[in-house]
Amino acid sequence: MARVSVQSEDFDLATELDLLQQAAPGCGGIGSFIGIVRSTAERPIIAMTLEHYPGMTATAIAGITAEAEARFSLLACTVIHRYGRLRAGERIVFVGAAAAHRRAALGATSFLIDWLKTKAPFWKQEHLADGTAAWVAAKAEDDTDAGRW
Amino acid sequence: MDTVRILYFAWLRERAGRAEEHLVLPADVATVGGLMTWLGARDDGLRDAFGQAGLVRAAVNQNFAANDTPIRAGDEVALFPPITGG
Repeated sequence: MARVSVQSEDFDLATELDLLQQAAPGCGGIGSFIGIVRSTAERPIIAMTLEHYPGMTATAIAGITAEAEARFSLLACTVIHRYGRLRAGERIVFVGAAAAHRRAALGATSFLIDWLKTKAPFWKQEHLADGTAAWVAAKAEDDTDAGRW
Repeated sequence: MDTVRILYFAWLRERAGRAEEHLVLPADVATVGGLMTWLGARDDGLRDAFGQAGLVRAAVNQNFAANDTPIRAGDEVALFPPITGG
């Protein structure tokens, strides 16, 4: 059973992990990943705007979670993806996977975030400290990472 | 419905100067690739983007599509740069 949410507001990590565990009776392990807006000294970012394709996003993510559940025999999983303007340090995405054993839980977590990067219709625009904005280019390595599964 | 609903996202939306339009396609525009060629002929900004291989992706009726994916009246066609989610 997958919980998918596409939302502008933040999420509560403890709540999400508790909900995931409750949705997966008999699970022996939960893997999780949190994506965060990153600002560095070399490239100081004030904020990031995430645009998405409202009609398609939730369906596309549901397809990805269904694939993860089948491949890794998951008992439950969660994907929460935010959109809108997020400041540096804010959370963008939460991925959680519950399985009988750690290898499936951790593998499914990697799989889910790799596929979200290239198959969920989101586009990131960075707002830099100098007042300019730039759309983030897709990385070839993201395709490579998604293709390894 | 005779029109096709066309959606633009991210920098392609900025390049087009619009997020959405409804257009009646000529009879010989029947695929995603054909649509891009036709739209590019009407709009210089879009032609530059469509002309570079791999710069623009598409979805038809909210499913990822290829250049040879057919388009019919009533379809929703989204055009966008490669995805940067996660």
